Amino acid sequence: MDQPLRIVVAKPGLDGHDRGAKVVARALRDAGHEVIYTGLRRTSQQIVDTVRDEDARFLGLSSLSGAHAHLFPQVCQKLVEAGLDDVIVFGGGIIPDDDRPALHEVGIRAVFGPGTPTSEILEFIRTAASMEGVGVGQGSRWHWDASA
Amino acid sequence: MGCGKMADELEQALAGDRRAMARVLTAIENGTAPYDITSAPQSIELDAWNTLAVTGPPGVGKSVLMDAVMTRWAGQGHRVALLAVDPSSPRSGGALLGDRVRMTSVDNPEINHNVYVRSIATRTASGSVPLIVEDMAAFLLRCGWERVLIETVGSGQAELRCAAVADRIVVVEGPARGDGIQAEKAGLLELADLVLVNKSDLEGAERHAGELRESYALDGEGGPKVLLTSGLKGHGVAEAADAMLGLQSSGRAVRARMRERLLARHERRLTNHPSYNAVLDGLCEGTLDIVDALVRLSGDDA
Repeated sequence: MDQPLRIVVAKPGLDGHDRGAKVVARALRDAGHEVIYTGLRRTSQQIVDTVRDEDARFLGLSSLSGAHAHLFPQVCQKLVEAGLDDVIVFGGGIIPDDDRPALHEVGIRAVFGPGTPTSEILEFIRTAASMEGVGVGQGSRWHWDASA
Repeated sequence: MGCGKMADELEQALAGDRRAMARVLTAIENGTAPYDITSAPQSIELDAWNTLAVTGPPGVGKSVLMDAVMTRWAGQGHRVALLAVDPSSPRSGGALLGDRVRMTSVDNPEINHNVYVRSIATRTASGSVPLIVEDMAAFLLRCGWERVLIETVGSGQAELRCAAVADRIVVVEGPARGDGIQAEKAGLLELADLVLVNKSDLEGAERHAGELRESYALDGEGGPKVLLTSGLKGHGVAEAADAMLGLQSSGRAVRARMRERLLARHERRLTNHPSYNAVLDGLCEGTLDIVDALVRLSGDDA
């Protein structure tokens, strides 16, 4: 097998619900990846520092608090400012369809809602890992069409 | 990764760029770094230590306690790195690396320029520490980190591999770990340079510390210090952190440490051998027996 991918799973902001993040982290682990979980209530800066220090290739952001439209783009901006433009970012949680285009616009390559099969998330990871230039700050227009 | 890019990143890392340093560490971990990037020290540092392994059973509070220790050291101006090891799944090869969840020092903007934490999975290594950690620690020291802590996978009595990778060993124990006989048993505790009985806010900690001290007193060699701590409440943390900083080698068990180094190197040669996976397949399919397998892996290709 190739080297495992290093993936940070993070909970930004004041949001105490991490069942979804843990399920995704577990699925990624069982697919052979190395998952670094941040724990609850992290600031954007803390998440970016973690991605930098852990040299993660992917960052998964989970939010069920309704603050995704503010926090997710903030994390993406700070990643780019820190020179981490090649990190591939995806998100999930309670995120209405109407809010998704804006998130894709800032470089988030997939947004998964409740009911997404974990197999689809793994398929996204495989696909994105094999593509060039889909990091958060690399200007790609590509994003994954999530089923839920 | 191209050689030129790696050379740039190496230079940036040595100049203090944390992102470049993290990437070089990944290359070291993956075995894709040019070989001469790092040369791990071959001897055990007897004066001031550079690397210190923190080990002990799962759930005794190693992460919380080390976070508190690092907070103190970083506040005093020491630059300290922590390599936190968690197990890889033997089935999928994946890992959930959760030590950061309990770390506050890395998130504290007052001191986090003095703190670096990196999560590491055991991957194919047996035991509580993959030997590659030795190279990663050596590289961190080259980048100007003064002290490197290596937090092992939660481990039991017979797990001595951490002795292979560090100048000093601190064993963290919990309260009420069985009856007094547990403290008398041979194993890891014999190699410790310092023992911290954590969760001192809970019942049984003082008794367990007393049993350990008694057990060491019977050695006649004057065993390591046994201190009580509570990482959660902060009790005893300052004393433990100060004791760790100036920790002298107990000088005991040098031979045992060298044996662990030798065994760890040997194991790494086996697991890095180009035929390693093919040999494992052969063993599973029954086309090879263990003796044949050892012969095939004894070449110098590693």
